[in-house]
Amino acid sequence: MNNLPSSSYLNRPQGIKSWLLTLDHKRIGLLYLFSVMTAFALGGVFAMLILLELLSPGREIIDADTYHQFFTLHGAIMIFLFIIPSIPAILGNFVLPLMIGARDVAFPRLNLASWYVYILGSLFALYSIIAGAVDTGWTFYTPYSVETTTSVISMTLGAFILGFSSIFTGLNFIVTIHKLRAPGMSWFKMPLFVWGLYATAIIQVLATPVLGITLLLLIIERVAGIGIFDPAMGGDPVLYQHFFWFYSHPAVYIMILPGMGIISELISVFSHKKIFGYKAIAFSSLGIAFVSFLVWGHHMFVSGQSELAAMIFSFLTFFVGIPSGIKVFNWVTTMYKGSISLEAPMLYALSFLFLFTIGGLTGIFLGALSVDVHLHDTYFIVAHFHYVMMGGTVMAFLGGLHYWWPKIWGRMYSEKWARVAVALIFVGFNVTFFSQFILGSQGMPRRYYNYLDQYQPLHAFSTFGSWILGLGFIVMAIYLIHSLFKGRPGGANPWGALTFEWTTSSPPPHENFAEIPRVEHGPYDFDRVTAKSTLGETI
Amino acid sequence: MMDTTGSTFLPPGQSTIAGEVDALFNFILYASTVLFAVVIALTIYFVIRYRRRGAVAATSGKDHNIKLEIAWTVIPTILIIIVFIWGFKTYLKMSIVPRDAIEIKVTGQKWFWAFDYPEGVNTVNELVVPVDKPVKLLMSSKDVIHSFFVPNFRIKMDVLPNRYSVTWFEATATGEYNLFCTEFCGTGHSEMIGKVRVVSEREYADWLEAGAVSGEGLSLEEFGAGLYTSKACVTCHSVDGSPGTGPTFKNKYGIRQVMQGGSSVPVDENYLRESILNPNARVVAGYAPVMPTYQGVLKDREIDALIAFIKSLQDSTGNSGE
Ligand code: HEC
Ligand SMILES: [Cu+2]
Ligand SMILES: [Cu+2]
Repeated sequence: MNNLPSSSYLNRPQGIKSWLLTLDHKRIGLLYLFSVMTAFALGGVFAMLILLELLSPGREIIDADTYHQFFTLHGAIMIFLFIIPSIPAILGNFVLPLMIGARDVAFPRLNLASWYVYILGSLFALYSIIAGAVDTGWTFYTPYSVETTTSVISMTLGAFILGFSSIFTGLNFIVTIHKLRAPGMSWFKMPLFVWGLYATAIIQVLATPVLGITLLLLIIERVAGIGIFDPAMGGDPVLYQHFFWFYSHPAVYIMILPGMGIISELISVFSHKKIFGYKAIAFSSLGIAFVSFLVWGHHMFVSGQSELAAMIFSFLTFFVGIPSGIKVFNWVTTMYKGSISLEAPMLYALSFLFLFTIGGLTGIFLGALSVDVHLHDTYFIVAHFHYVMMGGTVMAFLGGLHYWWPKIWGRMYSEKWARVAVALIFVGFNVTFFSQFILGSQGMPRRYYNYLDQYQPLHAFSTFGSWILGLGFIVMAIYLIHSLFKGRPGGANPWGALTFEWTTSSPPPHENFAEIPRVEHGPYDFDRVTAKSTLGETI
Repeated sequence: MMDTTGSTFLPPGQSTIAGEVDALFNFILYASTVLFAVVIALTIYFVIRYRRRGAVAATSGKDHNIKLEIAWTVIPTILIIIVFIWGFKTYLKMSIVPRDAIEIKVTGQKWFWAFDYPEGVNTVNELVVPVDKPVKLLMSSKDVIHSFFVPNFRIKMDVLPNRYSVTWFEATATGEYNLFCTEFCGTGHSEMIGKVRVVSEREYADWLEAGAVSGEGLSLEEFGAGLYTSKACVTCHSVDGSPGTGPTFKNKYGIRQVMQGGSSVPVDENYLRESILNPNARVVAGYAPVMPTYQGVLKDREIDALIAFIKSLQDSTGNSGE
């Protein structure tokens, strides 16, 4: 039987002030955990309401304008408040220093500042709900966003501020990874999650300012009436689209790269096998980060851009897909001749493999110019990015959350209920979103409040799936919260993993390690080293 | 509107370009299904075959295999280059308008489509074209961005406020096809649905001759009833008393209408005319000022007909002037 350490970062020092002013990366990770999960719940509620409204044509529960506000809020909250900060700011903050054997990030004050900036940005974004919620879609396309009477300014200002939070985190991680690795940890001894965070941080720092500038120009246009994007004032709406996607395509990789990092950890640990193609995975992250800056035009194949531009963007888009494919093959091969255990984190990793592969393959349809013309702005797109963002990033995030949960709290959740939840989420997700591929290729446009009768069965099917999905998340919330109080202690290393965070107690002490660890083996050398699981048994 | 659902994934293709688009769609579908099946089958097999039972088993440290890695980089790259070239070729065809195409001007506007024919005919939300003839659409918007999408023809093109965009198609079968707006444009976005009616060349000529819906030979009231749908009033105004984006037309004539700001106005012919040509001059209380102006879209006789139609929508008990 394991015991919780009497002193850990959780109880030393005590008091609410010590939390709100903490410089400890682990506590900041937890501050993010609570705020980001609140945003996720809110975004989820909007999602459920949207799908309920779509149960049948015409009005179900809300009118058209409210519906448009709900899908905008769902999108903006999920992207800016949830998914971008989710893995880096919660799990990255918590485990990055632990994984590289450091006592904290390079700039602890900047780290705390990033959380306050996040809160400030969120307040602006949420204020827009009270002040006449935005109805432009999360993309804020001009000239609609210049004309609409809803509170576009507070929402875009919110996104602008949130961008700084993201930049702060990225900057901090880059310096931390360069400067604070434990003695002996060369670049190629770093865990792959660290590589994922590193590639992500580069995009965060380079791309986010462009979004900031774009949103600022939008605000200036609305407030001061200076024509930049609005043709009525002599601007160009398509210029806005270029600016917006110049950030927002790389942002897709801000969302997915850290998730891929987690998957590399999970598959190796739960297969008890050295990761296949370590360098290929690490370099493909950097490759993706680089090429991701050059493909934004694939969102604009029907916007009237030149055929030459379309051709180049289509070509590069396919190229950004190859490294992702290579990663998938590496993960599958890692399992070959492994010793595979199917605990909850691994079930999430397998769900990721299934869903992300569909997400990636359906991207090929959209990269192909002629086919994209038909599929653009239909439900096919909606389904595709949900398979990538939710089937990919969110599954990886949940896998990581379950994996590091015993490290964060020192306690285990109920494995049985965790399996129930993962099953509900997997099934619910596919019911909800697979139907949308068919809807889309059949021609159903996205962002439609009302629709033709012929699309009704699939819409209803999708709504039904959202209930299963919602149930899965409720089950998860219950057993996770329950585990905080009743969960049995898991010990320092419940999964028998080899990275540094598992060498210190769970929960870790204030400065992570009694003594800075030394690198004696690679992060995945399961062939040479066996760390005994502190849980005793495996399932 | 007609049900166009054909195969599981794609609606029936009824333009010259559709066959090529569908062939590529299907190629990607089959190739990616095979790839997906391989990935998932291997995953499932490994999970079952190498499932940990009891203690952790020793595993090997082999972490690369050059032949394998080259294979799984090169094969997808080849596949993807095929898809890229194929997609680009068809895309070029979609972009190059045949010289002999009929040119029709399309105007997108919140929330309907207007079509102007070179012969001077104009329609709303109904694009009538001859079968087996290329049709060029020269498009622009009067307000925000819209997007012109006909699923059966596999064409889509954004409609912009500050420049013309162009697309074209050649329909291969007569019938009626849905036309959607696919760029979010506000309250009535999902009502911005029109239809494309593909007719034989003969019928097309007759239709043009007749000046589209000239209403000749119809009473004003009947003509107005037709315009009510063809000019898109139906998307916002009901005739049965139910509220929509705009107020219902039922029992409208003769009442006093309350305006924003509290004043009230008798609903007579002049008020109706003003409401159609200059809808934002006075806005009905409780409604948003979203009705588009029909200035320049409707001819005098058409306005007369619409007014006559609205006047005809009284209950038999005739409770006008409540
Ligand atoms: C995009 C939606 C929309 C369309 C299309 C539309 N209207 Fe309207 N209409 C409205 C709204 C909203 C109002 C109320 C606000 C106002 O007075 O401007 C209105 C008001 C009116 C009124 C005054 C009604 C009253 O109760 O006093 C008349 C008459 C009218 N419309 C006629 C028409 C006709 C005829 C057409 C078709 C040629 C048409 N409208 C098309 C939205 C629309
Ligand atoms: Cu993109
Ligand atoms: Cu629209």
